[in-house]
Amino acid sequence: MSTNLSFDQIRLPRECETLRQDVRAFIAEEIAAGTFVPDRPGHGDSHDRAFSRRVGAKGWIGMTWPKKYGGRERNFLERYVVTEEFRVANAPVRSHFVADRQSGPILLKYAPEHIKQDILPRICRGELCFVIGMSEPGSGSDLFAAKAKAVRADGGWKITGSKIWTSNAHIADYMIGLFRTSPPTKENRRHGLTQYLVDMKSPGIAVNPIYQMTGQHDFNEVVFDDVFVPDDHVLGEIDGAWKQATSELAYERSGPERFLETFYVLSELVRALGPDPNLRGAEGLGRLVAQLHTLRRMSVSVAGMLQAGKEPVVESSIVKDLGTIWEQKLPERVRELSAFIEDEVGNRVALDEQLAFALKTAPKLTIQGGTTEILRGIIARGLGLR
Amino acid sequence: MPTGGTGTTMALMEMRSALEGADAWREADTAMAGESDDIVAATAARICADLADPQAINAARDDRWKAPLWRALTDAGLTLAWVPEKLGGAGASLADGFSILGIAGRFALPVPLAETLLAGWLLARADIAAPGGAMTVAPVRPRDRVTLNSDGTMSGHVSGVPFAKDVEHFAVMTGEDVPTIALVRTADCRIGDGETLAGDSANSVIFERTKALHRARAPAGFDASALMLMGATVRATQIAGALETILALSVRYANERVAFERPIGKFQAVQQNLARLAGETAAALAAAGSAADTIARSDADDARMLEAAAAKIRTGEAAAEGASIAHQVHGAIGFTKEHVLHRFTLRMLGWRDDFGTESYWAARLGGMIASRGSDQFWPLLASR
Repeated sequence: MSTNLSFDQIRLPRECETLRQDVRAFIAEEIAAGTFVPDRPGHGDSHDRAFSRRVGAKGWIGMTWPKKYGGRERNFLERYVVTEEFRVANAPVRSHFVADRQSGPILLKYAPEHIKQDILPRICRGELCFVIGMSEPGSGSDLFAAKAKAVRADGGWKITGSKIWTSNAHIADYMIGLFRTSPPTKENRRHGLTQYLVDMKSPGIAVNPIYQMTGQHDFNEVVFDDVFVPDDHVLGEIDGAWKQATSELAYERSGPERFLETFYVLSELVRALGPDPNLRGAEGLGRLVAQLHTLRRMSVSVAGMLQAGKEPVVESSIVKDLGTIWEQKLPERVRELSAFIEDEVGNRVALDEQLAFALKTAPKLTIQGGTTEILRGIIARGLGLR
Repeated sequence: MPTGGTGTTMALMEMRSALEGADAWREADTAMAGESDDIVAATAARICADLADPQAINAARDDRWKAPLWRALTDAGLTLAWVPEKLGGAGASLADGFSILGIAGRFALPVPLAETLLAGWLLARADIAAPGGAMTVAPVRPRDRVTLNSDGTMSGHVSGVPFAKDVEHFAVMTGEDVPTIALVRTADCRIGDGETLAGDSANSVIFERTKALHRARAPAGFDASALMLMGATVRATQIAGALETILALSVRYANERVAFERPIGKFQAVQQNLARLAGETAAALAAAGSAADTIARSDADDARMLEAAAAKIRTGEAAAEGASIAHQVHGAIGFTKEHVLHRFTLRMLGWRDDFGTESYWAARLGGMIASRGSDQFWPLLASR
């Protein structure tokens, strides 16, 4: 077994800089117009269809996809720049982000041509919101224990069962979900699952909200009662969806959204510490900056390797493992470092408000999109230990 | 297009068992030489595998292995890789030099290869030709100073100079107002005691109106701080290399050692620890590689500061975390003198102290970020 931990030295090419300036200018206009308030995460909606349509009009959704499907044929590093600038600004990208990051690429790879022509251009215009249907009430990290069923019907399939922790389901137009089409075999317990594109407006779908401990509403339970899905909405191989999962996850795991979710508290700490911080503040800040810079360099490297056609599966799992733990600990570190900031003229009001939100958000960061424990299992397998 | 750099390969390190002889190491490096475009690194790796096999030198009763190793490194031009040909060196690129240092780290080489490379580089800043033989650099602690007296002699007390007792010359950074680089004979200084965690010499050095063999002004913009940034990147590169070997040794051991009727690597608790070790190794490789790349491209001052400081901080943290995981995985055998693990862990932990500790760089980096202000924070990170 050979392991090859490799981080190519990728620097963002010059064309990315122009793009970055365009994105920043757009964000500044949106902020000026009152679309969102960048330093107040947790206030207002994180999804905004009209905003998504304006982003789409700029050509920044599905920007790496072929032009014939509405894409711009730009590269992954350019998409990286757009993603990180929106993330750092706390822009309300929720209604298009899942489609942009993973649902679109799955459709590109596995959907029939007429479906691609119908749906992908609408994603690119910012008109469609997607939800991922993987976890169930009885199966979370153990994806292959999924029970919600799809059975043959005239001209398609009928789906029954439920999916849970489905962020966006209450606003989504489509789900890409994993459903059981055969029992697992003795040789392969991952066998028997098939991926479907499900129109969320289909009769028989009920979406029940699940409120989070932050007071927000992202997740839902989605209950399917004999929901019809036509044959041409099957994505990829019947019973073979497990083969399709791995590459999807490499994209999902290593992006800037995996370490920047609580970035605002660090940025606000710099503001609150002022230009001449005490030694404890400076030293603590320096460490956090070093850790963040390293994560970003790793993440950019993975994006560059994906662009070059490589499959850095272990590296991308490492980025998410280190990145999510870092962004989870960040509010605690910032809280410690801000303890000695002199409280004068309200210089820490914003910081305290942001910390309150970040501390409440933190527990989910190492759970969503693959728990720490699962990621470390994948890394261990890559090392030749399993 | 992105610049496709050389990814560091650790595949072959896995083949090396701490308990195998030199042949296994040689086999691994021959294979690596075949797959690498980097001839300089491959040469360094082959020489180290042949003449600095960790198991063999760990078992050696004396230092007789050092002379043939040093001769081979010198003959291959590796010791003066960063010295231009006109000054007596090999004139290799900065990137090639960092590849050599990565190999030096992977073998936890207990000879002053990194120090001689760095000394040669420092002397070349002032167009001073490198003498033959091993060298080291002074000062290595950010707050140590060697004062340049008005008569051209130097005075000062610096500590922790690696291999000072074992080398013939120092490359010295001196002169506060007029940054000056000097070549000094070791014999002209007073060398004190001292050693690293791993037992290599690291001495205090006293300059008492010491005369330089050669002395010249540093180029514009070059000062003691620039030496610290370069030294920090050198040590970060070595630490990342050592972690690669430590990870490979640990994975190998976990797959071989049987307890409770299975290899310990089959237990999830051990797997999770090794995954964390892989994460720390990956972070060290990425941070050190990025800083080396930045120095090789001679990017702007703030960028160099961010990258080199971040590399020294993050590799230092990875060294601490990585050493403790590796020792935990190895259990008691890893705590013995006979096992090679300590050769890597102790050297790596010691390297954290040279050219600025994590705390030192963190305070400087934090100070820089704070003085630039919050609005300039993200743009600086994003520019890298």
